[in-house]
Amino acid sequence: MAQKLTVLGLESSCDDTAAAVVRQGGQGAEILSSVVYGQTELHSAFGGVVPELAARAHAEKIDLCVAEALDRAGLTLGDLDAVAVTAGPGLIGGVLAGVMCAKGIAAATGLPLVGVNHLAGHALTPRLTDAVSFPYLMLLVSGGHCQYLIARGPEEFTRLGGTIDDAPGEAFDKAARILGLPQPGGPSVEAEAAKGDPRRFRLPRPLLDRDDCNLSFSGLKTALLRARDQIVTEKGGLTRADRADLCAGFQQAIVDVLASKTRRALGIYLQEAPAVPVLAVAGGVAANSAIRTGLETVCADLGVQFTAPPLKLCTDNAAMIAYAGIERFARGEQDDLTLAARPRWPLDRQSPALLGGGKKGAKA
Amino acid sequence: MTPPPLTLSLASPEATADLARRLGALLHPGDSLLLEGDIGAGKTHFARALIQSLLPVPEDVPSPTFTLVQTYEGAPGEIWHADLYRLSDIGEIEELGLTQAMEEAICLIEWPDRLGDLAPPTALRLHFAAVADSEDARLLTLDWTGSGWATRLAPLQETFQ
Repeated sequence: MAQKLTVLGLESSCDDTAAAVVRQGGQGAEILSSVVYGQTELHSAFGGVVPELAARAHAEKIDLCVAEALDRAGLTLGDLDAVAVTAGPGLIGGVLAGVMCAKGIAAATGLPLVGVNHLAGHALTPRLTDAVSFPYLMLLVSGGHCQYLIARGPEEFTRLGGTIDDAPGEAFDKAARILGLPQPGGPSVEAEAAKGDPRRFRLPRPLLDRDDCNLSFSGLKTALLRARDQIVTEKGGLTRADRADLCAGFQQAIVDVLASKTRRALGIYLQEAPAVPVLAVAGGVAANSAIRTGLETVCADLGVQFTAPPLKLCTDNAAMIAYAGIERFARGEQDDLTLAARPRWPLDRQSPALLGGGKKGAKA
Repeated sequence: MTPPPLTLSLASPEATADLARRLGALLHPGDSLLLEGDIGAGKTHFARALIQSLLPVPEDVPSPTFTLVQTYEGAPGEIWHADLYRLSDIGEIEELGLTQAMEEAICLIEWPDRLGDLAPPTALRLHFAAVADSEDARLLTLDWTGSGWATRLAPLQETFQ
């Protein structure tokens, strides 16, 4: 990309409302500003994160987000080359708020409009942050999804497998609920696990015996519940040590499953003989040091580079949308004002859906 | 016809999935199923099997815990799969579009206690409970008001009893 491109990105498909400006130049991509208006710091009384689900809330905030993103970048709409916006998948009301705002800007300024798949934004983030070359293997964890993808181009992804039920982040949140630990579950279960013995409770490793890249975490949650109830029945309650041991056993099971399935996915990816093999991990899982160490070990064994973009660029943000827009626009692609919001939009429509369920899903 | 509630014993996840598919075949737009039960009781497992049996083109049915709502184009009409656990305010039910969906789509709703008075009186309630000495078995209690469900559920009842 010899040409310099400056693109505004808008994101409103999930809990947060976001806008960002990214510039692609000869030296790579640079995030000029990235603004996220969200509620992810607030936790509900029930556990979990309070969702910012109202389309109205997105619609009220998106204009302010755009103004702030431009302001922080020190630019005006006239300095932009295009406007990129998440067109799906996600809650339709939220997606529409962003799409309508982007269309308004495009119509008023004549700027090209580029619709972006939210998941493609996540999947291309390693190129934004680390200039990783295609093809790379991506472990993508986002909004209840957890999948292995080979990224071959800005819009070419092959799914090797993924979770047939819960995503790992969800499993951590539910483990925290089961054990009375604060939300979000990832950090609180990890902190407890550090004090516990991972060998005391041998929890199942679902799907480990199957020769594919699919994951299942729902059965692990149920097994944790059973182990907890058994201790409560025997002793009348859980000690701190019991809880730490349960967390350690639970986390170890997740580490083992992810490490083993990542090894399998890398095996498939390496058959394509990429010049510089890379595994990129996006999402909260890379923030867990036990999981990260497990994945780094597998990569070191197989001679694959490991990269995990910074967490603030793995959660929902608009810089990734602006960047994905740059990649599409640089290939001469853009949309017109008929761009539609899509609640469902799989990255890979060739590979089969993950059917899950039954004995295979719920049990090891 | 036996008055509600109707209790079914499900020996395994396959039995749950099988029941879900047979119940799915009886549904049409405007039907709401309220899925109750503790974490790990099998609500999402049931919903996934039911939804997949109604999809003309197979696709993933991820847990809706993070996204709150997942929607699908089912053969009989639109299907909504909601998990209301994260909701903090009843006003958000309306914002989600769930009130309208309960009239127009097939709705599968986990943690329906959050619905409060918005729960449709014609909904079918399904309560999942673990069975003490079995890891796989579940006890499912179906409850409803009005006469419609009794007739529709009669074939299921005969098979399970």
